[in-house]
Amino acid sequence: MSMWEYANPKRFMGWTRPVLPWTFGLAGVCLLVGLIWGFFFTPDDFRQGSTVKIIYLHVPSALMAINAWIMMLVASLIWVVRRHHVSALAARAAAPVGVVFTLIALFTGGIWGQPMWGTYWAWDPRLTSFLILFLFYLGYIALWEAIEDPDTAADLTSVLCMVGSVFAILSRYAVLFWNQGLHQGASLSLDKEENVADVFWFPLLVCIAGFVLLFIALVLMRTRTEIRARRIRALEARARRA
Amino acid sequence: MIALLLRDLRLAIRAGGGFGLGLAFFLIVVVLVPFGVGPETELLSRIAPGILWVASLLAALLSLDRIFALDYEDGSLALLATSPLPMEGAAMIKALAHWITTGLPLTLAAPALGFLLSLAPEAYVYLLISLLVGTPALSMIGTFGAALTVGLRRGGLLLSLLVLPLYVPTLIFGAEAVRRGAEGLDPTGALMLMGGITAGSFALLPFATAAVLRINLR
Repeated sequence: MSMWEYANPKRFMGWTRPVLPWTFGLAGVCLLVGLIWGFFFTPDDFRQGSTVKIIYLHVPSALMAINAWIMMLVASLIWVVRRHHVSALAARAAAPVGVVFTLIALFTGGIWGQPMWGTYWAWDPRLTSFLILFLFYLGYIALWEAIEDPDTAADLTSVLCMVGSVFAILSRYAVLFWNQGLHQGASLSLDKEENVADVFWFPLLVCIAGFVLLFIALVLMRTRTEIRARRIRALEARARRA
Repeated sequence: MIALLLRDLRLAIRAGGGFGLGLAFFLIVVVLVPFGVGPETELLSRIAPGILWVASLLAALLSLDRIFALDYEDGSLALLATSPLPMEGAAMIKALAHWITTGLPLTLAAPALGFLLSLAPEAYVYLLISLLVGTPALSMIGTFGAALTVGLRRGGLLLSLLVLPLYVPTLIFGAEAVRRGAEGLDPTGALMLMGGITAGSFALLPFATAAVLRINLR
């Protein structure tokens, strides 16, 4: 038995039904623990004061905004190569979630940036590339909405997702060329030396886990909705023919 | 391939608008900017590289939906798909024809408009070079966008939403090259990177465009 069998819509509905509440529950627990720990039980940063606590929303959402696009890219590739309908629907389902994470990252960044940099918005490379990523998401969703035939829509959007990924990376580095910005470097890397201090690090990890689980839960739920919507459409078409 | 190119060029010229409209739009945008920001020469000459690049981007965008729309409606796109010419070649030729009818005239007209915006004298040559190197990329990326939206009835707005984010890197390098030229810095880095984008999009995007066209013709 191969892993692809789980992509059969019927089986997918079967195994996601029990998994979904657990994912949601775990996401909720992680977020609650992480956010409460982060907001109330960590010390204020000696330079940034209490504003540093927005990191628990900002970093995970920014991370997931990018990962959502990567997940869409992988799902699109699977659709193009193996033509699993669930894969295409999962890519479609992930896009609005990705948009929301991008928006959260942009807004929390603005709120954080105001006291720190004295401005809500600066044309900084990281900020700008997130704005561009947001535009890519909008274009992707708009293309899905615009095309009526679901298979054509899935094909076209997956090509757009692949081309868009290349250009998103290109924009990222082009913007770097254009402006050296205010945003600090990566706060999370495997190199322990560069990380934020441990007191902030552990609740942050819990929050990231919460966001990842939340993303998975939302995408599974939305994919289930898409599958149901498509079944309804198929039933309606059959009823009209009969 | 050459026959297709000549056919597209002939159609663009005879139907009118191909050359004319894009250029007129370019002129209008450039003329409108001083009304918007005020006539101070210093300010204008500082923002001129950006204005000229954004205006040429929009002018190129304006004529994109015509690349495939007419051929799709009268069925010649389906004929093209069945012809011995590979779809990838057809896509590239379409982009080339679009460039010759919009990008090239824009490039040639840009220095005159730079004069209107009192662009720094050192920047003219870089404006010309950057547009010459960069506008083919705009045409190729735009052809991909046009292929994506060819089957849609009201694809125009969607087309701009899809294509404009893809134009970002080209715009950044293009405007940066001209700005550096105007300030007397060395613009070769930006020009080379932009050349890379152009070469890369002509190497890869015809495949994506052809794939998308085949899906749309299914």
